[in-house]
Amino acid sequence: MSGFDNPFDPDTKLHRAGCSCGRHHSQADHEADMKNEDARVSRVVESAVMRGLFPDDQMRRNFLRAVGTGTAMAAISTFFPMGAAKALAAEKGKLEKTDLKIGFIPITCATPIIMAGPMGFYAREGLNVTLQKTAGWAVIRDKVQNKEYDASHMLSPMPLAMSLGLGSAKQAVDVASIQNINGQAITLSLKHKDKLNPKDWKGMKFGLPFDYSIHNLLLRYYLAEAGLDPDKDVELRMMPPPDMVANLRAGNIDGFLGPEPFNQRAVYEEVGFIHTLSRDLWDGHPCCAFGVQEGFYKQYPNTYAALFRAIASATDYAHKPENRKAIIEAIAPANYLNQPIPVLEQVMTGRFADGLGKVKNVPDRVDFDPFPWQSMAVWILTQLKRWNYIKGDIDYKMVAEEVFRATDARKRMAELGLKAPASNYMKHTIMGKVFDPTKPAEYLNSFAIKRT
Amino acid sequence: MKTRLTLNQKAGLLSLGLFALILLVWYLATLPDAKVAAANVDPEYAALMGGGAASSASSFPTPVAMAQTVWERLSDPFYDNGPNDKGIGIQLAYSLARVLGGFFLAAAVAIPLGFAIGNSRVFYQAINPYVQLLKPISPLAWMPLALYTIKDASASAIFVIFICSLWPMLINTAHGVANVRRDWLDVARTLEVNPLRKAFRVILPAAAPTILTGMRISMGIAWLVIVAAEMLVGGTGIGYFVWNEWNNLSITNVLFAILMIGVVGMALDSIFGVLSKRVAYQE
Repeated sequence: MSGFDNPFDPDTKLHRAGCSCGRHHSQADHEADMKNEDARVSRVVESAVMRGLFPDDQMRRNFLRAVGTGTAMAAISTFFPMGAAKALAAEKGKLEKTDLKIGFIPITCATPIIMAGPMGFYAREGLNVTLQKTAGWAVIRDKVQNKEYDASHMLSPMPLAMSLGLGSAKQAVDVASIQNINGQAITLSLKHKDKLNPKDWKGMKFGLPFDYSIHNLLLRYYLAEAGLDPDKDVELRMMPPPDMVANLRAGNIDGFLGPEPFNQRAVYEEVGFIHTLSRDLWDGHPCCAFGVQEGFYKQYPNTYAALFRAIASATDYAHKPENRKAIIEAIAPANYLNQPIPVLEQVMTGRFADGLGKVKNVPDRVDFDPFPWQSMAVWILTQLKRWNYIKGDIDYKMVAEEVFRATDARKRMAELGLKAPASNYMKHTIMGKVFDPTKPAEYLNSFAIKRT
Repeated sequence: MKTRLTLNQKAGLLSLGLFALILLVWYLATLPDAKVAAANVDPEYAALMGGGAASSASSFPTPVAMAQTVWERLSDPFYDNGPNDKGIGIQLAYSLARVLGGFFLAAAVAIPLGFAIGNSRVFYQAINPYVQLLKPISPLAWMPLALYTIKDASASAIFVIFICSLWPMLINTAHGVANVRRDWLDVARTLEVNPLRKAFRVILPAAAPTILTGMRISMGIAWLVIVAAEMLVGGTGIGYFVWNEWNNLSITNVLFAILMIGVVGMALDSIFGVLSKRVAYQE
């Protein structure tokens, strides 16, 4: 019996004939019938239930002949919630909302969200997405909270901060998937090319994109490992990435830990050099995320599912080095990143000029991986607590599991045939120090420089 | 043969001379400095650095490069390459729509309110402290509050224009209305003109030059503020255009936008200049 057969028909043919599902006399009949999405979904569910109850076709036929179709349907519906099962399966069905507005910041971290537009990943899912370039992270936060954006590119600590009400009104915003891993760098002004050791950086000024950014947390971590107190020994200034390059040129800052392509842009403009890639601090660290309001996926589950599929497949596509060239061409124009192609190429291929006269080859300089590890969320929370952004006690595990939708992502990635890890937690190694997500409090206590 | 130049001709020549001087200084200041070719630079490294070509992309443009950009941008002002890349004409239209929206909303509030204040000493003294308190606040300081309460970026921009256009119009209207010559009002009273007729036939024409001056100041401020507001909220408009080109560190395009902002601002101001000439009168 095929999944599309009427499972209550005792005379269903058991062998294929006519059309691809075997239920119609011709392929044309089949296609006409299959257009009715709801009918098709409910038929598939009924078939699945009947097949579960009667694995043997002969048994099913005998049962139906003996009690009659109507009785059989009624009898099965009494003990099996057929309606609920159909509703669940219909998720891949009708989209509640097809016109979506998604915000992004023009940096390479947003590659999957952006390229999914020009390369047709949204359209394939039946979504009509307007990608709205946004002036800054605070504007992104406000527009998501105002529901001007249905979903948005965010820094991965932002949904945690918003859900906890840090630096904004408290509103549940979740991480549907991670966008990029790695792909940031510490860039220093050329005048500091002899000060490679961070122990010599006392008194310097650094640019950062946002308080609730992985950049802030990584730079603080890095400085603290070198014995500098990031709140006392250096000055950290929040500014948009293009201002980082301009301020570096003007000498207002000594360096920055910023998103690409602005590190490479500083090299290209001959004002700075790449000191350390963020992958050398924490290989595989999360950077940007795809964030949605909790209300959105509750209100529009099918649209959310389609959106997730588009983003996850785009992320997987961006992960493959052979696709990077096509992606660069899609995202470089003024409508998206508005950046010179040679700069983007060096970022995306990992073969780049470091600003000090050397060509380096680091293929995983930036990478893309959608799975939102909850252990990453726990790490971010420990650091937010470490620098006193989170005041008071916090249940790391609970917040991480509420905000990072790892279980949901795994299920949906499996549906797409993408490999997802079996666990939501893993141990991470940051600058040689192992972080065990089951012991966040002990981890936090192990640091000498902290605000708690 | 000796011809005497008129005043206008002299001024015109001097303007042209200044323009030529600016171009010359600009040209000399942006002459490319002869690059000392480094002896042993890896050719691949040089290629990745753009072979020195990079510095021309973002450093200050030459007058020729600037003219090219102006020509390119102006020859195709209405292209639409998606929500984040539109022609300069479309961007200016968005900004103008916001400015006019906020400006006329403000006029609708400020002119009637100014009339009321100007006509009554009590009302004037009651309202005055609020006006004096709110007037010096930078319009952009309202932006976070507007975003928080209105919850819509585009409406917030219009609100900011509204709030900055309000005060000059309000104060000037009140001032103009309060200073209508007593004789004229007395004549109107002697003739037993009804209040509405008095307002429209006597006070309004008498106060019109002052009101229009207020509107002209308001429009000037509104055009200054919209650029900053759009840089903050983004999306569309000339302010967004500046921000987007700054994001690409493209000084040429930023300069072009500055030029356009100046041209449009001048045009708006001269419209009000013509209008105020039409309502002017000799006592």
